[in-house]
Amino acid sequence: MSLWVGFSDGLDRVLAWADGHLVGRSGRPEGGRRAALCLLAPTLLLLGVFGVAPIVSTVLLSLFDLRYGNGAFAGLGNYQEALQSSAFWNSVRVTAWYLVGVVPTTIGLGFVVAWGLMHVTRGRTLFRTLYFLPYITSAYAAALVWRALLNPQGGLANGLLEWIGLPTQQWLLEPRGLLHVVTGGAVAADMGPSLALCCVMAFDIWHGLGFTVVILLAGLSAIPQELEDAARIDGAGVLQVIRHVTLPLLTPTLYFLLLIGTISGFQAFNSFYALTQSGGNTLGTTENLVIYLFANFYDNGRWGYGAAIATLLLVAIIALALVQARFARRWVHYS
Amino acid sequence: MKRALAYMVLTLGALLVIYPFIWMVGTAFKTLPESMGGSLSPLPQTWQWGNLSATLQAAPFGRYFFNSMVVGITVGLCVVLTSLLAGYAFARFSFRGRGVLFGLVLATMMVPFEITFIPNFVVITRLGWYNSYAALIVPWCANAFGIFLVRQAFLSLPEAYYDAAVLDGCGPLRFLRHIGASMVKPTLVTVFLFAFLGSYNALLWPLVVTSDPSMGVVQVGLASFVLDSGVRLNLLMCASAFVIVPSILLFLVTQRYFETGALGSGLKE
Repeated sequence: MSLWVGFSDGLDRVLAWADGHLVGRSGRPEGGRRAALCLLAPTLLLLGVFGVAPIVSTVLLSLFDLRYGNGAFAGLGNYQEALQSSAFWNSVRVTAWYLVGVVPTTIGLGFVVAWGLMHVTRGRTLFRTLYFLPYITSAYAAALVWRALLNPQGGLANGLLEWIGLPTQQWLLEPRGLLHVVTGGAVAADMGPSLALCCVMAFDIWHGLGFTVVILLAGLSAIPQELEDAARIDGAGVLQVIRHVTLPLLTPTLYFLLLIGTISGFQAFNSFYALTQSGGNTLGTTENLVIYLFANFYDNGRWGYGAAIATLLLVAIIALALVQARFARRWVHYS
Repeated sequence: MKRALAYMVLTLGALLVIYPFIWMVGTAFKTLPESMGGSLSPLPQTWQWGNLSATLQAAPFGRYFFNSMVVGITVGLCVVLTSLLAGYAFARFSFRGRGVLFGLVLATMMVPFEITFIPNFVVITRLGWYNSYAALIVPWCANAFGIFLVRQAFLSLPEAYYDAAVLDGCGPLRFLRHIGASMVKPTLVTVFLFAFLGSYNALLWPLVVTSDPSMGVVQVGLASFVLDSGVRLNLLMCASAFVIVPSILLFLVTQRYFETGALGSGLKE
């Protein structure tokens, strides 16, 4: 105890000294800069070394044909190889389907839940906690649970289908398209995302829904109740109020979610890794860009090629964020 | 009537959302044939409490758990400290280049770690940190999200507190230690929660920088258990529950701070 008191006392003296000498009695200007830089130093060091510098080095590494750390300068060879590789374009397609499927669905479902939560009086906190739980749990461990539920032999999903009387499915092991399976073969098997990919998407919607709900709740509670009431009194129906009052006022929140959802959609790894690796062969229909990157880095030791994929991924993220920012001017209303 | 419908939809949705967890816990205590039988009932006929010790014997989960806790708690505390200092500096000091610097910090949030992990891995091996706690901890000790939340919290504190303290002869650093830090406590708990969970739930980075089983964290341990356990589904679910339950408990304990910390100040605007 006395050790702590001594420490606390000492710390106080150091802080008082720093306040006197670094910041200066007058308070802000030049002294403020010195003190601020001291406060920022650990953060800037860490973010610089492990956050900013690696972006530059990734681009540099991508110019070398590195295998397990050894290799020669290759110019744009890695990029050339990627752009000509069908496996690369396949992973681009998988990532694109994933984004298209997961981001709008999560926001849409999240809105339904958040809107419902705003209109119940009791149990809001309990519901919110329940919906939030998947988000805080390990995606990997939770994915193992889903893998068991979707196991073609003795999994719960097929158990349900049998109980209803529908044909059982291969789920995560099914490389044929969702539309192909649902329509009983009327659509070509390689059209659209595979059923396996759709299962991964369903998992990530489940896993990310709680975050979206919490953010939407914050956005919804910032909307003044009077606006909705006024519209109701003027005779607008529930859907009209949502369409013309709630949603326009919510657009900044929706834009935030779209941006965050896109960025995290590009980096999905744990769910793909847990649900589809070391399983059956889905003919690459569940190999997204990060899995492709990881396989090249980890299994094949191709660091340079992996860095080139990473750079392309970064370019794609920035490009898409810019496109979204551009379109945002048209549909996002800041009050 | 409308409210009843809302309750029905919400309850149904909530049941669907938490069903996998119920199923996981139930299956964890089933016998092996029962767990593989595709039975629609999530609960075991008789609870096999022996599965718990069988799982702990099948893989060194105690060790993994210890590693995860050491790493997660250290990361959480470090992030709280760096975010507190940096967030305070961004909120309370004016200096040239503040806007640009803050923008740069936020920009690091836009670049997913999946993109930068190769050079980070190279740096870690050069430092001789491969297979060490340092590799798992140090790169994660500062993050933009924490700084953002703390800055927002300080911006929303009334200036009067600060001015009064300065008038009484308290400098900005002692203000931070004695008054400021405790006033943003809910935010700090939220920052800790997210930093801890981020570290605890991470899989890719620990896979990349550790290979020694004694350095394994729970996620990596679980990943190797998947390969080792073969088809022992009940034990696998037991191990998953073992990994998932602590984070749920931590969230429930800190939830009331999270409400004010993340919802109150941070994410609006």
